[in-house]
Parts: sequence; C-alpha cells; structure tokens
Amino acid sequence: MGFTASKDQSGVYVVRVEGQLIVGNRQELKSAIQEALDHGERRVVVDFSRTGYIDSSGLGALVSISKKVREQGGELRLSGLNEDLRSLFELTKLDTLFAISDTAEQAVGSFAG
Amino acid sequence: MTAPRPLPATLRLCVRRRRVPGPSGATVQVSLRVPSDVSCIEEVVDLVTRHCCAGSSASQKLRFNLRVAVAEALANAIVAGNQEDRSKSVEVNAELSGEVIRIEVTDQGEGFDPSTIATPIEPEELERPNGRGLFLIRHLVDEVHFNPQGNSICMTLRRR
Repeated sequence: MGFTASKDQSGVYVVRVEGQLIVGNRQELKSAIQEALDHGERRVVVDFSRTGYIDSSGLGALVSISKKVREQGGELRLSGLNEDLRSLFELTKLDTLFAISDTAEQAVGSFAG
Repeated sequence: MTAPRPLPATLRLCVRRRRVPGPSGATVQVSLRVPSDVSCIEEVVDLVTRHCCAGSSASQKLRFNLRVAVAEALANAIVAGNQEDRSKSVEVNAELSGEVIRIEVTDQGEGFDPSTIATPIEPEELERPNGRGLFLIRHLVDEVHFNPQGNSICMTLRRR
C-alpha cells in the first residue's frame, strides 16, 4: 500500500492511493496533502482507481483533508471509485460531501471550468 | 545500542485451520491471534479473506464486504478495545461452511455498548471524522451480534 503524487500539467496536485486506505496509513495521506498545501497547492485530486478498499478511518481522513483544503482556500476532488468503493460513499452519504469524477483526468479537467 | 526492529507481521501471525465434522456437513474453523498493532490489519484481512474464500465460490462483492468488515472490526478491537496496548492481542475466529462465513473478533478491552454509537449520516454531521465503523459493518454483513461485555463482535456473511 502506498501513495504516489504528481502535479498535472495544468497545476492540479494528484495523489493516487495504491492498495488500501485504512487506519494504518491514513495519517500518511493526511501528511502528504498537508505538505502539498504548505507548498501552495490548492487544487487537489485523490484518485482511487488502484485502491482495493477503504475503511471508516480512511473515509474520516478524507473528510478531515477536505475540510483542511477548504479552510486554506482550496478544493479537493475524488476520482476512480469503482462500484464497491462508491457504495461506501453512498452508504455513509459522503457522496453528497465530495465532488466525485469517474477518472482522474475528468477530475483534473473539472477544475478548469 | 539501537532498539531491536519489530518483527514483520508475517512472522507474528500464525493461522490454525481445521476441519470439523457436523450434522449438516463439515465446517472449517480458522483462528489466529493478532497483535494490537494497526500495521497488521492489511495482512490479517488478506489472510482471513484468503481462508474464507478458499475452495468456495465468492463473488467480488462478498470479498469486498468481507475485507471492509474485517478491517473495521480489527481496527475497533485494536484501537478502541485494546487501546493499542502491545501487551494485549485480538483473537480472530472464523467458521466456514458452504453457505455462510462467520467471523468473531474479540479484544481484551472492557467492551462497549453498541447501542450508544451514533452514526454521522445527517447533513449537519457529515464532516465528523469518525463514528462510521459500526454503521459500515451493519450494512456490509448479513448479521451482527455482540457478546454481553461488548468486547467481541460476531459477523455472518451468506455466500448466497
């Protein structure tokens, strides 16, 4: 499990969650995005196209990250949720809290509008 | 002198698997003891899923629900139950038949009253970072029971 981060050519910071997002590694994701915010990034995408599963701690971490990004004048968007992962967001109503795109490319493109 | 490095999870986890004959066919019992270390959770989830789905049909949905439910139960047991006290452990016992997967996760904590846990699904509560674990378990498995002390959860998933 791990995360890879890159900056899109349009300047959007994209973090890909590889493996799981659970209690054991959620802090790592929070730290990575805090570091990006500290470096001035304000448009952030977290992509789950290579993610197996997410637990409630992972969902909670995304809620915290979203709040932090917003407080600093930025915006967080999610992408790449398969049917199973999306069901977790729907069950917990978090699909109403996050802007969710099918792919990372679409999420990045949605910032341009 | 440097402190000894902790053993990798693979060296700390020992799975016992045995076949038990019963009146309605044989069941397989799988048990393992897990240290109170959240870094073990991913490996335990993989191990339990592999054992639960070996030799039986299991849909992608069942595997996903099983993984998330076991991850949640382990996180609750290690963090809330055992308070991440490394001198305590978590027992995982699974009973597998052709029809159902039954998994019991027991910690060494004082237990809790599951009826007191509120779930943040109302619009004004959505930004709460915690409180969704038990809610997810209840929706992902077919049956959930706790022992009277509240330190052991039993989850049943039907293979369908």
